[in-house]
Amino acid sequence: MSDPAGSLLEVEDLDVRFFTRRGTAHAIRGVSMRIDRGETLGLVGESGSGKSVTSLAIMGLIKLPGKITGGDVRWKGTSLLGDSGERSLRKIRGKEMAMVFQDPMTSLNPLFTIGTQIGEVLKHHMGMRKQEARERTVELLELVGISSPEKRVDQYPHEFSGGMRQRMLIAMALACEPELLIADEPTTALDVTIQAQILELLADLQQRLRIAVLLISHDLGVVAQVCHRISVMYAGHIVESGAAEDVFERPGHPYTRGLLASTPRLDQVGSRLTGIDGSPPDLVNPPSGCPFHPRCSLVVDRCSEEMPPLEEHEPGREVACWRAFVGSVGEAAGAGALGG
Amino acid sequence: MGRFAIRRIAQGLIVILGVTVVVFVVTRLVGDPVDVLLPLEATEEQRAEFERLLGFDRPIPVQFADYLGDVARGDFGESIWQQRPAMEIVFEHLPRTFQLVFPAMALMVVLAVPLGVLAALRPGRLSDRVTVVLSIAGLSIPQFWLGLLLIIVFAVELQWLPPLGFGSFRNLILPMVTLALPAVGRLAMIVRSSMIDELNQQYVKMATAKGLPYSRVVAVHALRNAGIPALTLTGWETIRALAGYSVIVETVFQWPGLGFLAIQSIERQDLILLQAIVFVVAVMVVLINVLVDILYKAIDPRIQLA
Amino acid sequence: MAKNVTDEETRAERREELIRGRPYEILRALRSALREIVSDRVGLFGVGVVGALVILAIFAPLIAPKDPAAQDLTDALKPPFWYADGDFANALGTDSLGRDILSRMIYGTRITILVGVSVVAVSGAFGTVMGLIAGYKGGRTDSIIMRVVDTQVAFPGLLLALVILAVIQPSATTVIVVLALNGWMVYARMTRGVVLSVRETPYVDAAEIVGCKPKRIIFRHILPNLTSPLLTLAVLEFARIILAESALSFLGLGIQPPQVSWGLMIAQGKDYLFSAWWLVTFPGVAISLTVLGVNLLASWLRVVADPQEREKRFAQSSTHQTGAGTGT
Repeated sequence: MSDPAGSLLEVEDLDVRFFTRRGTAHAIRGVSMRIDRGETLGLVGESGSGKSVTSLAIMGLIKLPGKITGGDVRWKGTSLLGDSGERSLRKIRGKEMAMVFQDPMTSLNPLFTIGTQIGEVLKHHMGMRKQEARERTVELLELVGISSPEKRVDQYPHEFSGGMRQRMLIAMALACEPELLIADEPTTALDVTIQAQILELLADLQQRLRIAVLLISHDLGVVAQVCHRISVMYAGHIVESGAAEDVFERPGHPYTRGLLASTPRLDQVGSRLTGIDGSPPDLVNPPSGCPFHPRCSLVVDRCSEEMPPLEEHEPGREVACWRAFVGSVGEAAGAGALGG
Repeated sequence: MGRFAIRRIAQGLIVILGVTVVVFVVTRLVGDPVDVLLPLEATEEQRAEFERLLGFDRPIPVQFADYLGDVARGDFGESIWQQRPAMEIVFEHLPRTFQLVFPAMALMVVLAVPLGVLAALRPGRLSDRVTVVLSIAGLSIPQFWLGLLLIIVFAVELQWLPPLGFGSFRNLILPMVTLALPAVGRLAMIVRSSMIDELNQQYVKMATAKGLPYSRVVAVHALRNAGIPALTLTGWETIRALAGYSVIVETVFQWPGLGFLAIQSIERQDLILLQAIVFVVAVMVVLINVLVDILYKAIDPRIQLA
Repeated sequence: MAKNVTDEETRAERREELIRGRPYEILRALRSALREIVSDRVGLFGVGVVGALVILAIFAPLIAPKDPAAQDLTDALKPPFWYADGDFANALGTDSLGRDILSRMIYGTRITILVGVSVVAVSGAFGTVMGLIAGYKGGRTDSIIMRVVDTQVAFPGLLLALVILAVIQPSATTVIVVLALNGWMVYARMTRGVVLSVRETPYVDAAEIVGCKPKRIIFRHILPNLTSPLLTLAVLEFARIILAESALSFLGLGIQPPQVSWGLMIAQGKDYLFSAWWLVTFPGVAISLTVLGVNLLASWLRVVADPQEREKRFAQSSTHQTGAGTGT
């Protein structure tokens, strides 16, 4: 059981909207989560579910036309929103809380060397001098498994492969020994073999350095490898939350079941791929009540009228569904043959 | 670096050659230069004699070969108007054009870059509006008219500055501002739009996520990337100023530089002098392009040289 | 200005569209363009300016108060009407030969339009054809054409124009020729770019495989993609040409008297800078306003044609936020 007083990161009822010409898209609604020291939380969902927006909101990186319109984000008890929050955020970003983005190529400035880019974090947050920063950078590159780091320090981003760049981003994030690492789809832009390496690296670092990790991905497999707990997002809501193993074995929300059922399995050769009927909702005009109800096979009238709250239906397991845990384990909600 | 330099010089030579060919073609074939050079009353015999003298009666290819040979030796002939070597006259006037153009370009950069950056950082606020207005004005107001207006305001009405002439720093101010002002608008717009683009880039988000102070994110990360298009435009503006706008501005202010000389040589139909001027300008254009390319490499390590 | 389109409206529109087909699309585009113009004052100004220009040019003899060539030396250098010795007969004053400035300015619109339209037509046609050939043929033809373009672009045109004008007697025709020679490259580049990008698309690829004739591909696929950027470019060029012609006329290398050009008027007034400022000021205002209007029209055209731009404007106006940096 986590101790609220000791939480690192607390997100409470967060609301983010994007104001576009077509209308206002409600990207995140009432999202709450908590991460404690040394914990790994996985945030899972399709594109458009709001998982990336959540991480950006936590780091204070939401820009026009988006805006945080409600709720709170707290770091060790202090709010990160508003003017005073902005000040706290500046001190924490890159130092206590660090982020790794999806695409390593665009996240690195092509005009500066790796050494400069990692070094500036060290210089700014830790006040290191040039030589000290360089040594520490070499150490970090070694930590993330880059060979001949002394040479690499003076090279430019375009001289590296995708996997190496991602490692460098991780090194950059770890530079000041943060307590929380937010990784937004860290493996999506990489080849499968490299993916495995990066995930291993993350798991290894997490254990060794005891940092908390918020891992965001659309890939259940990725999340399963690294995370203690997971939260599932759909259409801007968190629909299920709990210990990773638990959620995989006994999913409570029809959407989670659908996700699990649609993951291709190597041990069931010859079985057809199943999917979830329908498509993700339009965030400008979302369905009434529970956003998943048009695609749900367990749907009842109440589902289209009222949004179910995220409640603890079983100890340690929160689900936002009027019919949580209904039906057997193997029954995938809304499952039908793909294309049917 | 050596291979790169050689290739660029070779390309430059081609451009210069192209220019000389065009000038040759235009002066020999398009109009009848003899008509232009001789007074109207010249008789047939006088024309024939003149032609022979200037070698215009020889076949065209021969003339061209001769011409190229002369050019290579730096001999551009004698100015009809002033009866001395054309190149000499050109080199007298060239430094004065430099004295006008280079300070004007420096002024342009000093004004435009901060303006553009500020406009990008604060869309909709004062600096943004000023940039947009200035750039639109720069697009719409004819430069020669701007110069005349400045003269009316500052020299006629207020009488702060002398309207024409050359000599002291006070003479420089109005022509320099006239030359720089429209370009400030254009450069500021480019700086502004490239800064806006850069500020939307992922690596800027990354730099912010790293906790770097905003001033560093803007001034170091974003600005350096935005510098590339800005450099392109600065080079282009300098070329335009040297090879085009200086003609207009120098005429308005009677500034005795190369542009003014060009107009005078046209008025006096001194084609020889004009050829020399065009050649020198072509060389300058090429040199500036090479310089800009070298600067690119200094900024952006991704650029391949060879 | 936020306009909320209701579900009802969009559904109704979609229904109509399905029924009427393509012509309806065009009509709808026109209607929304009209809506856009009126709501966008900048675009309105541009359209207004161009409209006024055309009207003044066509109806000049009816609108101008006096004959632009009529000299009256007794009335020379009369100031505009708000001066003590000015009057409404010569509202903007007269020049050194007693000619009415206002009337000359009105007649000047004719040259402006003549030169502008001619140059755009000639250089646009030539440049577009070159671009089509270069983009479609590819290979060596493309290389050669682009090489020529690059070389000519690298060298600023004014000097080239000067050289030509030094040998040939300047006149309206020579100005048009010189400016057209200087201006075709930008059309070639743009057209080539469009051709290349359209050719990459799968449906054009498919059309070629099936055996569609190049002419058909050009007309059916490339041209529609070309009209919008080409139009914007032509308008922009028109503005640039007005400036170029006035500069050449100012230098004495453009329009020659007795024809009337705004640039020429400024040159004629230059000698009276100290005594008669109106000779120089008003024609310059005419040039600036015209060029400004045309530029605004071009920029409005560009925004209207590009959905991304419209989205950006909307986002800015509806959230009233400042700062391009991180924000909450």
